[in-house]
Parts: sequence; C-alpha cells; structure tokens
Amino acid sequence: MITDNKIISWITLVILLLQSLIPASAYAQDSGPTDDDVNAIAKQLYCPVCENIPLDACGTQACEQWRGIIRDKLSEGWTEDQIKDYFVAQYGDRVLAEPPRQGFNWVVYIVPMVIFVGGGYLFYKGFKQWRTSEQDRSVRREIKKAPVPEKPSDEDIKRVEQELMRRTED
Amino acid sequence: MVAEIGFGSLFISLIVSVYGLIAAIYGERNHQSRWVLSANQALRLVFPLLTVSIGALLFLILNNNFEVVYVASVSSLNMPAYLKITAIWGGQAGSMLFWSWLLAGFGFIVSFRKWERDQDLLPWVIVICLGTIAFFVILNTFFENPFVRYWQVDQEVVQSFIHPSGGIQIAPRNGSGLNPLLRHPGMIIHPPMQYLGFVAFIVPYAFAMASLITGRSDDRWIQISRPWAIWAWLFLSLGLILGARWAYDVLGWGGYWGWDPVENSALMPWLSGTAFLHAVLIQEKRDMFKQWPIVLIIVTYNLVIFGTFLTRSGLLSSVHSFARSKIGPIFLVFIALTFIASFWLLSSRWEKFKSRQVLTSFFSREALILISILLFLGMLVTTFWGVIFPNLSELVTGQKVTVGPPFYERVAAPILGGLLMIMVICPLAVWSFVSFKHLGRLLWKPFILSILGIILPVLGGLTKIPAVIAFWLVSFVLAVNAFEFIRRTRLRRRNRSETLVQSLLAAFQRNKRSYSAMIIHVGMVFMALGIIGIEFFQTETQATLAEGQELQLASYTMEYDRLDIFDAPDDRNVARAVVLVKRDGQVIDEIYPRRDFYYDSNQQVTIPGVRSTLLDDFYTILVDWKAVTSEGATFKVYHNPLVKWLWIGAWVIIVGVVVASLPDHKSAWVGSKTRGRDDHR
Repeated sequence: MITDNKIISWITLVILLLQSLIPASAYAQDSGPTDDDVNAIAKQLYCPVCENIPLDACGTQACEQWRGIIRDKLSEGWTEDQIKDYFVAQYGDRVLAEPPRQGFNWVVYIVPMVIFVGGGYLFYKGFKQWRTSEQDRSVRREIKKAPVPEKPSDEDIKRVEQELMRRTED
Repeated sequence: MVAEIGFGSLFISLIVSVYGLIAAIYGERNHQSRWVLSANQALRLVFPLLTVSIGALLFLILNNNFEVVYVASVSSLNMPAYLKITAIWGGQAGSMLFWSWLLAGFGFIVSFRKWERDQDLLPWVIVICLGTIAFFVILNTFFENPFVRYWQVDQEVVQSFIHPSGGIQIAPRNGSGLNPLLRHPGMIIHPPMQYLGFVAFIVPYAFAMASLITGRSDDRWIQISRPWAIWAWLFLSLGLILGARWAYDVLGWGGYWGWDPVENSALMPWLSGTAFLHAVLIQEKRDMFKQWPIVLIIVTYNLVIFGTFLTRSGLLSSVHSFARSKIGPIFLVFIALTFIASFWLLSSRWEKFKSRQVLTSFFSREALILISILLFLGMLVTTFWGVIFPNLSELVTGQKVTVGPPFYERVAAPILGGLLMIMVICPLAVWSFVSFKHLGRLLWKPFILSILGIILPVLGGLTKIPAVIAFWLVSFVLAVNAFEFIRRTRLRRRNRSETLVQSLLAAFQRNKRSYSAMIIHVGMVFMALGIIGIEFFQTETQATLAEGQELQLASYTMEYDRLDIFDAPDDRNVARAVVLVKRDGQVIDEIYPRRDFYYDSNQQVTIPGVRSTLLDDFYTILVDWKAVTSEGATFKVYHNPLVKWLWIGAWVIIVGVVVASLPDHKSAWVGSKTRGRDDHR
C-alpha cells in the first residue's frame, strides 16, 4: 500500500512537473525568436532587389517581409541552414553572401589561390635569379679575388664617422 | 539660352580637344614645334570652355530650370544652394561633365609647367590628356548630354536637346530632388575628392606613356610624376575615407565598408596607385625595377577608367543592363584599346627599361617594398576577380551570384597582417643589403615593448588569437617607429649643441620623405586599429523598447526617452528618438537616432545616433516605431570598439602627405645626382 502511494505520489509529481513545463513552452513559443536571432541569419543573406545590402541592414518593405519569413521559420523550429536553403531555392544562389562551393562557382575561389601561389613562386624564382645574375656573379668573383682588407681600427671608424657627419651637414 | 551656351561650349571643347590631339601628333612627327605649341594652347583652352559648360549647368540648377531633364532629376525647389552645387555630380551626365572638367583643369596646370627640359615629352603628354578628355566629352556630347530638355510634341513628352519641330518646351513644376542618401556633408566632399584622385593619376600616366613613346628611359618622368601621384593618392585616400564615413553616418548598418562593387571600384586604383608610389621609391633610390612603375601606372589609369565604367555602364546590375547601356560598350572598347596599346608600347621598350641592378638581400629595403607591392597587387587581383565574377557567372551559367564581404575579408586580413609586418621591418632595413643580425639588433627593444603592449589586453580577457596577433603587430609597428624616431634624433643631437625642438625640425627638414613615410605609416596603423576594433569586437543587438525602458550592450545602457515627429524646413519629415546613454547608472550622453523622410523624392534615410570616444562608439539606429509612441520603438544598437582611430588615422595620413609635399632641398640634390648618373650612361 505504501508502495502504491509512493508510486501515485511520484506520478503526481511527474504530472505536476510536466504541467509546469507546458505553460513554459507555450510561453516560449509566444515570445518567439528575438530580433537578434532573426538578424543573425538575415546578416548572411542578400535580397535580389537591394543589391549588396545585407538583409539585416536593409530598410525596404520587401526586406522587412523577408525578415518576417525568417522569424516565422525560426518559430516553426527551422534551423539556420534550412532557412538559407529555403531562400536559395526561392531566389537562387545570389541571396547568399558568397557563391556556394559547387560547380562553376569553384572558379571564384580557385583563381585567386592559383594567382597567389603562382605569384609567390615566380617571385621566389625571380629573386633567386636576380641574386645569381651574371653581373652579380662577376661582382662576387671580383670580391673573392680582392685582398681581404684589414679590420679598421677604432680610430679609422671615428674618422669616417666624422667625415660622414661633416658631409651631411653640408 | 543658358543650356545652349553650356552645350555649345561643350561641343567646342570637343573640337578643340580633337584639334589639339592631331596638332600634337603632326607637330611631333614633322618636327614642327609651332604645331606642338598650338596643341598646348588647345590643352589650355579646353579648361575654360568646360568651365563655361559646367557653369551653365550650375546656373540652370541654381535657377530651378526644370525644363532641363538633368536639373529636374537631381534638384528640387526646396533644396538649399550648397546641395544644388553638389547636384552637379549627383547624376550620371553631370558627374561625367564634372570628371572632364577636373581633368581639363589638371591639363591646364600641366600645360603651364616649364617644358624646356622636356620638350620631347610635351606632345605625347598633350595627346594622352586631350585623348582622355575627348573621350569623356564625346560621351557627354552624344550619349549623356546634361543639357537635354523636355518638349511637348503632339501630346507626347519628348527629351531632346534640339528643338523638335512643333515642340513646345515644358517643365515639371518641381524636380525630384537629390537622392537623400547623397544629402550628407561627407557626400558633398567625397565625390570631388574621389574624382580628383582618379583624374590626377592620369597625369603620371601621360608622362609614363610619353617616356615610353620617346624611349627616354631615365627617371625624369618619375620625378615629374611623383608629386602628382602623391596628391592623387591623397585625394583618392580621402575619397575612400569620406565614402566610408558617409556609409557609417548615413547608410545605418553599423559599418563603414561593405565590399560593395562601387567601393571596390574606388579601392582598386588606390591599391595599384599605392603600389606605384612604392615602386617609384625603389626606382629613385636604387634605379631598379624600372618597368614596374610603368606597369603599375598603366594598371592604375585603366582601373580609374574601369571604375568609372563600372559605376556608369549598368554592368553591376546585370550583363543585360550593360548591353542596353549606351555608354557601356564604348567604355569597354576605350579601356581595351588603351590597355592593349600601353602594354604593346611597354613590351616594345622592355629591354630599354631593364634595370642592371640586382636584389642582394631578402631583408633589404627594396626587397621588402617589393613584397609589399606584391601584397597590394594580391589584394587588387582578388578584388578585381570578386567584382567581375558575378558577371562571368551570369554569362556562363545564366545565374548571378553575390560575392560579398566574407570572400574579400579572407584575403584582406592576412594581407593587412603581412603589410603590418613589413612596416615593422622596413623602417629599420637599409637599401641594398641588410643582415638578419643587424635587423635583430635593432628589433629586439621594440619587440619587447610590443609584447608589453599586448599583455594588458590579454590580461583584460582578450582571447581571440587573430586579434592578439593584430594588436601585437600594431603595437610593434608603433614601437619600431617610436624607437627609430628617438634613435635618429639622439644620433643628431650627439654631435650638436641644439635644443630638442631645433634638432627635430632640422631632422625633418633634412629627411622629409623618410619622416613623411613614417607619419603616413603610423596613420595607416591607426586605421588598422579601427579596422581590428570593428572586425573582431563589434557587437550588436536589436529590441523594441517602450518609453523609459532600457537596453544593455557592452558596458553601456541606453534608455529610450521619447520620440519627436516634426516637419523640417527643407521639406522633410523627421522622426527623432531621444536616447539617454548610461554607464554605471549615470547618464553620460544623449543621442538622437532619426529617420528623415524626403517629400520631394519620396525616399527615407536613417541617420544613426552615435556616442563616439577614443575607446568605442555606441551607435544606435531607429529601425521602426509604433503609431502610439508609448508602445515603443525598435532600435538596432552596435558597439564598435576603436572605430574612431580609423578617422584619426586619416588625419595623420593627410599630415604625412603634406609633409612629403613640402619642398625638399635634399631630394632635389639627390635627384640632380641621379640625373647626372643617367646622363653619363
């Protein structure tokens, strides 16, 4: 009997708990997604009419309607990707801030990379070539042939410094 | 009558330009200097002619002559006079006339310079200047005529410059007014600055081409062009900064740069122009890479025309609107022709402009500058590709795509980092050769200081690794420049009995170029600080508040006090919110985000309310409000740390350029030495 009572009290508790949850979830649905939730997605979208203005910053009525759609979808429980896909399906890839990485769009990402790598390589090659150019080599040969000068004394250095200082003053 | 005078003067300027062009070539080919001098007179004459033309347009706008289509489209009765002046470049036809007028102005100044030493360059400089002027005047005369008027012919309204038979001139009662977005102080100065920058780069291009055509491979063209290029660069930089400021103050999206194609079209010549100025430095100091400045000025010239083409041809909207545009294809042909002709010329003179000097060290100043040039070019290629890809995609797949900020930012961030790193090493590196050991000796003190500089933010909770690196680079550049400045001053004072001020002034006087570069780079670093602040740390929120309700963002609390709705005298309806900004419960400021509705053009503008300090900006936008204001208004609020440094950096750059432009005795002396060396060859 005691056990039954215990079970009943547990069930009552669970029901009470569930009941307490119901209005909470209903309340959550009432308040719906916040403006910030909507803007977080709108920021990544561009409407085809107001070119180059992200949806979250656009003041036109059409864009306001789009933000309304995002809000509705969010309250229906859609995820960010689902909502973006929805707009892409409706209006095409141009609603996204960047071309999706597929098909011909790969070109936009690959070309700068190729130019960067290629440019870097050419610069490195050119640099090595410049360093080992014929003239440079001949200069180095001359340097090798030339007698090694003695290390200048402190006196010499002082004299050169004074001379340089004098010339800059002129 | 005034419209006739304006158009007549425009047409005569076209004839004079074409005459000058032919006379210059004829005189040069037949060695008859009087023809060249006559062409020079033509170059002088075009400016007053176009001044009459633009003056006529201004007169028509100021006098509300709405029978002129252009006037009706950009002006209205209630617009104040200063806005009517800006209406000259508020539309397509007027802005192109303004472009031509500025270019003619520069041609006018160039025509008065002393040509004794450069007689051989003169005819070709005239040809390039007049050729470019003629191209724009042709567009203005035949395709984008700002003097076209409204006529009524058989109950139909016709737009024509020439009086159609049986037509009666008509005028709308009021014009549609200037686009409200353009009614901002930033927009009043921004286009002239931008155009001045664009147009001034044509002068160095003209000298480069003259040098190529005549085969004169000394650095004379560089000496003449450098001041022009520096001022062009300053104007272009100011144009970009003012555009950014305008976007920040008027467009109401909390940012200043959206990688919009129009912004990009102004950024591209700036990138190549900056690279050009650095390449010029290597040629002047080391007589190296002589082809580079020519390549870069050709690219800059074509990007200037391309930028104008991009915004004027309809290409940005779609390939189809481009095809429909009257001037688009002509622009494209002009760009293609000048581009091919310039590079063909360069290739034919390639060997002549080859340098005999070689790079000797990766850390030499010229190698570092070369790397910075490559970084600028990397950004340029990426930007160009991002701008044209949507059209390419439309052509290939039939579908247009958006190439937005994430694409550019991915490349811009490491490039900015690389440039900052070069700014760290470059002031310490010397020309020709520098060893790693030498650099290390100079770098360790600023390095330690830079580490100290980021310890505080890191202890304060800064955890974003890219931001830590960015801050470190910024403090490193500042530390290096400060140390270098102190080192030079001490070196000078060691052997002299001067006061500190005397020493500083004398050091500046002796080496203006180096110090101006220092100042400009410090300005750039300040700007980088602003960019880092907004890119890494911007936060935002949006909420609807009832009167008296509060909203918190970062360390600020805003309270919506009330909303005032009233009509302003300049024909606009203003909805202005009063917002109290609080910190720690205390009101520290009052700001007024508002929305202006312009009756004449039926358009609205959102003006943010901003509290701006050196540390951060608290930026609010009035998004919407309920009819009964007590029900509430919706605000979008941004917290933009450090953004003020962006604008401060711009001022510092201006100071740097002014210092660079002051007469420099030493550089004249170096210049004469270089010339001497060239003459001996």
